[in-house]
Amino acid sequence: MNKTKLVNLPSDYQIPERDSDKTPILEARHLGIDFGGLTAVDNFNMAIGRTEIAGLIGPNGAGKTTVFNLLTKVYQPTRGTILLDSKDTAGMNTEQVNRAGIARTFQNIRLFDKLTVEENVKVGLHNSTLYNMFDGILRTPRYWSKEKVAHERALELLSIFDMQGMANQKAGSLPYGAQRRLEIVRALGTNPSLLLLDEPAAGMNPSETAELMDNIQKIRDTFMIAIMLIEHDMSLVMNICEGIAVLNYGKIIAKGTPEEIQANPAVIEAYLGKQKEDE
Amino acid sequence: MNFLNFLVAGVSLGSIYAIIALGYTMVYGIAKMLNFAHGDVIMIGAYVAFFSINSQSLPPVVAVLLAMAICTLLGVMIEYLAYRPLRNATSLAVLITAIGVSFFLQNFALIRWGSSPKNFPTVVPFGKITLFGGDLIISGEAITTILTCLLVMVLLTTFTQKTKMGKAMRAVSEDKAAAQLMGINVNYTISITFAIGSALAAIAGVLLCSMYPLLNPTTGAMPGIKAFTAAVFGGIGSIPGAMIGGILLGIIEIFGKAYISNQLSDAIVFAVLIVVLLVKPTGLMGKKIRVKV
Repeated sequence: MNKTKLVNLPSDYQIPERDSDKTPILEARHLGIDFGGLTAVDNFNMAIGRTEIAGLIGPNGAGKTTVFNLLTKVYQPTRGTILLDSKDTAGMNTEQVNRAGIARTFQNIRLFDKLTVEENVKVGLHNSTLYNMFDGILRTPRYWSKEKVAHERALELLSIFDMQGMANQKAGSLPYGAQRRLEIVRALGTNPSLLLLDEPAAGMNPSETAELMDNIQKIRDTFMIAIMLIEHDMSLVMNICEGIAVLNYGKIIAKGTPEEIQANPAVIEAYLGKQKEDE
Repeated sequence: MNFLNFLVAGVSLGSIYAIIALGYTMVYGIAKMLNFAHGDVIMIGAYVAFFSINSQSLPPVVAVLLAMAICTLLGVMIEYLAYRPLRNATSLAVLITAIGVSFFLQNFALIRWGSSPKNFPTVVPFGKITLFGGDLIISGEAITTILTCLLVMVLLTTFTQKTKMGKAMRAVSEDKAAAQLMGINVNYTISITFAIGSALAAIAGVLLCSMYPLLNPTTGAMPGIKAFTAAVFGGIGSIPGAMIGGILLGIIEIFGKAYISNQLSDAIVFAVLIVVLLVKPTGLMGKKIRVKV
């Protein structure tokens, strides 16, 4: 386990020491969204280092997935700024944000069930497979060479999770754990610089979760990208995340290293309720 | 031998329905809307081909290509102007708009080209084939239509299965939002779908008018409705379903005309549809849609 020290930036953001001389891959400043009169997320500030594994935790309904939806522009933020690689993403839509470098998975699996495993990954590779309509219809040499590259790339990505053997199965027929892994592979296909994982370990047993932890670190080390994950499995979060933000009622109540978070009274209160004073 | 003659006529009429039905089914599969203006795109395509051949004396192949190009443009324009602003509207609003576009196209043709039927020239270069000592006659139009239909089917299937745009189309049809999050441009994908459907409509228009050579502003309306029926019959959203539905519908229509009643043939077609939908509400090739809770 490579524990990295977190350093504070002047503006109260935290990123790992090894990334501290680089600009953060993602910076959210005063991010917020209202649904009607309800403030779902408010004043969300966070910076993620270029090779950081960051965690976003909090009780159910705290607004964690809403933060992901804001970062990927599924919802347009009511307030605040999102800087991806120092570029403002205001005005971008979901697809443009993906091209700019954010990929994600979903809490409830959203694979293309009727497509095969390989085709799902190739949908992720869509924008890096460069040929046009006419190449596709007329089957030009360019079509064949680009499709061959996409095929090889898809198998290579699948091999991260040792899933090459399943390439021709329908995604909908895969077992649950494999579907979760395929979602990660498909997202990696879009060549992200920040990967958002929404409860990657949900529904997994302890041994699968342990394997997933290894794989998340392997992905970070192989691709040298930042990963941000929402997770309820505290062993996973505390073991692999370098920086953790705790969200409650749409607001960040604590930020820090796993050790700091575990010792933070506000976090304990959010999860367990206020402890009664001894009388 | 009459039976075989009717069968050939049915399959060739059905092939036209199938090509039209592909347009309905692809658009439904991806944009989840019924494009009732599709039938009128056929008519526009036929007019373009008619004037290219008659007034400009272009060779038929060039005329067909020109009709395809103009219909492609028209289809993309219709989508852009009429349907895209309604992307998040209720499906009923889109449906009414589609009917409005259909009326617009029909009346445009009426004003522009008049109501008197045009005599569509023959575009098929070769004549009929006579088999079994004159018992079975297959017209050149029938051969062309059936071969075109097969070609379209093969090309379209490989396009949707093997190319990246095809995969994007299938991905969008399953989950628009997830596809967008994977970097797929959904609007562009829908435009491509309309372009392909409309190009097919132009082919269908020329084939239809070669077989029934009277062209007027409502030429596309009834085949359009029947092809829609064929798409539903085969399972709307499914490409092989549209092909099978179209061909079966053509056969049923011709057999109904030949063996039961000339006047009732349309009623028979729709009665069969009702029975199929009662037994299998998703159509022949349609899959049950799982509803996630």
